[in-house]
Amino acid sequence: MSDLAARKEILRKLKEKILSLEGFSVGDDNLRHDFGLDALNDAFPGGTFPVGMMHEFVSPTEACAAAANGFLAGLVGTLMKNDGVCLWISTGRKIFPPALKFFGIEPHRIIFIDVKREKDVLWATEQALKCKALAAVIAELRDISFAESRRLQLAVEASKVTGFLHRQQPRLVNTLACVSRWKIRPLPSLTNGLPGVGFPGLEVELVKIRNGRPGVWQFGWKNGRFHIIPERSKRAERPSLSQKERHYA
Amino acid sequence: MPKRYLYLWFRYLATDRLTKITPELRDRPFLLYAPEHGRMLVRATSPRLTHEGIWPGMVVADVRAIFPEVEVFPEDVAADEKLLKNLAEWCLRYTPVVATDAPDGLILDISGCPHLWGGERPYLETIVTRLQKGGYDVRVAIADTVGSAWAVARYGKCKTIVESGKQAEALFSLPPAALRLDNSTLQRLEKLGFRQIGQIANIPRLNLRRRFGDALLIRLEQALGTAPEFLQAIQSAPVYEERLRCVDPIRTAPGIEIALKRLLESLCERLSYEGKGMRTGIFKGYRIDGETVQISIGTNRASRNAAHLFKLFELKIPELEPALGIELFILEATLVEDVNETQEALWRTATRNQTAISELLDNIAGKVGMQVVHRYLPQEHHWPEHSVKEVGSLDEQPETEWLTSHPRPIHLLPKPEPIEVMVRLPDYPPVHFRYKGEIIHIVRADGPERIEQEWWLRTGPPRDYYRVEDPTGARYWLFRLGLYDNRTPQWFLHGYFV
Repeated sequence: MSDLAARKEILRKLKEKILSLEGFSVGDDNLRHDFGLDALNDAFPGGTFPVGMMHEFVSPTEACAAAANGFLAGLVGTLMKNDGVCLWISTGRKIFPPALKFFGIEPHRIIFIDVKREKDVLWATEQALKCKALAAVIAELRDISFAESRRLQLAVEASKVTGFLHRQQPRLVNTLACVSRWKIRPLPSLTNGLPGVGFPGLEVELVKIRNGRPGVWQFGWKNGRFHIIPERSKRAERPSLSQKERHYA
Repeated sequence: MPKRYLYLWFRYLATDRLTKITPELRDRPFLLYAPEHGRMLVRATSPRLTHEGIWPGMVVADVRAIFPEVEVFPEDVAADEKLLKNLAEWCLRYTPVVATDAPDGLILDISGCPHLWGGERPYLETIVTRLQKGGYDVRVAIADTVGSAWAVARYGKCKTIVESGKQAEALFSLPPAALRLDNSTLQRLEKLGFRQIGQIANIPRLNLRRRFGDALLIRLEQALGTAPEFLQAIQSAPVYEERLRCVDPIRTAPGIEIALKRLLESLCERLSYEGKGMRTGIFKGYRIDGETVQISIGTNRASRNAAHLFKLFELKIPELEPALGIELFILEATLVEDVNETQEALWRTATRNQTAISELLDNIAGKVGMQVVHRYLPQEHHWPEHSVKEVGSLDEQPETEWLTSHPRPIHLLPKPEPIEVMVRLPDYPPVHFRYKGEIIHIVRADGPERIEQEWWLRTGPPRDYYRVEDPTGARYWLFRLGLYDNRTPQWFLHGYFV
């Protein structure tokens, strides 16, 4: 019996070591944040939302982009809890700062960088991701190549800043060096049978997660927190090892 | 050593200013006017009109009757004040103590200065010649006291130098108006038959005080030098500038970098000594072929970190073209702000973090442009476009809370997009709307939230905002501009909710 326990322990340590080699920081309690996404924790390697990594959000439509920005704002609001500062870099910004307050962000703590060319977005994002003083960096762009995303991923691995790439209507959804790919869609609002528009509902699809288990969940944003809608959430079938996607995710 | 004062009287300051801007006015009769009690009064006249007997204080309509060809312009007091101040700053080259005497005079304390120009006469001639070349009609006098210099410049012969201790003789033949008195005193003196200062000076002081009060006596004594008079000298803005002369002309980038580093170090040392930081800076190179090349930078927060400033300049060094070589480098901080050492309160993070962030922003702004960095504070307006204001500095904190009383969309379109709607009843939310050729059905709606124009800023129809949701869950912010009265109001899509 003790032999089995010892073996499990060795396996656990090995797994942690592999994860840390891959850039995840497991076991560091400073990097554990309570995003209110407990239902998702199983999907992540190490059981916690991977901070200090690059995340990719893909939004095919305008409504999806608004929903994704809302979800992002909810995440960033948690990351900025300790009076952090966030950079929001984009070419054609539509974010209306007062609305961020609804997601627990003090809008004056966000610095918007509005550049004209996508190339400048990439450059500014890389510079920002190298700055350890920031809580998070959000970059809105359309297209990015694997090599470019690799540069960003290398920058965050050194600085442990969490980066989000928000791709709106990308021409090609290509493979990137990001740890995850998310798709956020709006859901009919949660009204509890009352008339009018209720609390916003979001369908969160984790399309890819390195070393994790993708799935689809449904959340509502209520009283400054995410609330899961359990009956409508499901985990994707565990993909077989033959699926290449998992390796290259 | 007795004090010596020089008084400069710009007789036609306001008109000279106009003539310098539009030289074709030089020989034409024109005047400046300002409204007073519902009519236009002459404030200043050109030299030609003055010779014709037109004086400030006349009514413009009367002047037009006499000279139909006269041209009139409105008076600009602020510009005249600024010009006088600039002239005062220019005069700092002749003496360190210069005071303005509004509206059209300058007082120079020249004690101990004229010998550098070879005596008072050449000194005075130099100033007058330079000013006349610059296009200013100027009358000037030198005397022991401000009062006598003032009197002789305005009422005596031009370019008079009153010898030390001789101001009484110079003054006695001048009219009482040369004593800088108010109008009522002057009228009383006139009524009593005092035509010259000499007549007053011989009367016992006691009688003068009883009849005219203290003012006359003080002015008389100030002019004669028995009572003190104080000047309020202008303060010139400190110049943050460092120069580096090169023995051999510099032609290479490493050479320029070394020069820049040296200048930055000495400038930053001075800035930190005075508790200041650079916001904008210019680095100039004077080439041996007579051309000047320059690069400039700006920072988001006042900085005196030489390494950081060097990094900002470094990006632009390739723009400096040394050609045959640069022989003189000048680094100037054109905008300087106080740096608060003890300040820890930028979002209550550590100062180190603030510095790191502002240096990151400087890097980004230095490459992409200053205008790309935006930060917003709440503004107490309900009109969505005006509910935020942009701030330039990173240290500014909001004075009011961000409001969450009404839902606001996370995406706000830069310009509201017109849509076609189907509305069941006025004041009801639409049943469906067409946007970019696509029909969107509405299943749920909130509203209206009426936002009126702020009449003290601008007027126009109000907006009625509705928060609506389509069957897929996309949430929109629509508004109707105006009311259903005579014509159908226009509808717009203004944003997307989460």
